[in-house]
Amino acid sequence: MACFVVPAVEAIVVTAVAKAEEKKEMKLFETKGNVTQEKSSIPLSRKLKWLTKLLWGGVILLLFEHIWHGEVVPWFPFLTAMGNPIDAAEMFHEMATVGVLMAVLCTAVWIIMCKVADVIVKRPEVAKAKVKA
Amino acid sequence: MTLLITVIAAAITTAVWYTRKNDDLKLGFLCFMFWGASLMWMVDAIFEFAELKEAYFSPALEDMINDTFLGVAVIALAMVIWVVRLLILDPKGRVKEAILRQ
Repeated sequence: MACFVVPAVEAIVVTAVAKAEEKKEMKLFETKGNVTQEKSSIPLSRKLKWLTKLLWGGVILLLFEHIWHGEVVPWFPFLTAMGNPIDAAEMFHEMATVGVLMAVLCTAVWIIMCKVADVIVKRPEVAKAKVKA
Repeated sequence: MTLLITVIAAAITTAVWYTRKNDDLKLGFLCFMFWGASLMWMVDAIFEFAELKEAYFSPALEDMINDTFLGVAVIALAMVIWVVRLLILDPKGRVKEAILRQ
């Protein structure tokens, strides 16, 4: 019905956070040099951009699916379920269950992805060290 | 069916992205789009399965055709978005070159 709204809200928030983080990292880079390289090889802003792409991509395609099924319309209130209170209650229930789980799953997958990426980035150094030894 | 088609598209796109030496086609964006949608539809499928049980795996022919059509349309939309983004970003400078040539 409108489950994609929850990941859409998360996508908006994460996009704003990613932009702010990128600015912060740029300022830090200009003043102190590449500090992020010492802590973690992948900057947080880049990791956040992965999450924004994952969320926005999913939201756009799900929005298309909802338009396909006639659940989203181009006129106010945009969601057909808002037409009557029974459908609206069902829609809010779906947002609270399916929508929240969608956002949680995407975020969980992103966290795993970041952990794996950190391991992969560190891996070649170990391999090189082994070759040298 | 839509979920299945999107997952297949995501896996193929990721494999192509992995085999390419440089990201001049910006395939990473398409991968994220497909995987994002796949994850979200997977949640949808879990809830639908919890509601329908075994009936989930034996959909009506009409529903299956509609879902397949939707899946293909989703792939087409994602590819259009990807191509438009690629042309705007113009990582190889081909668009700029073509405009300046005219």
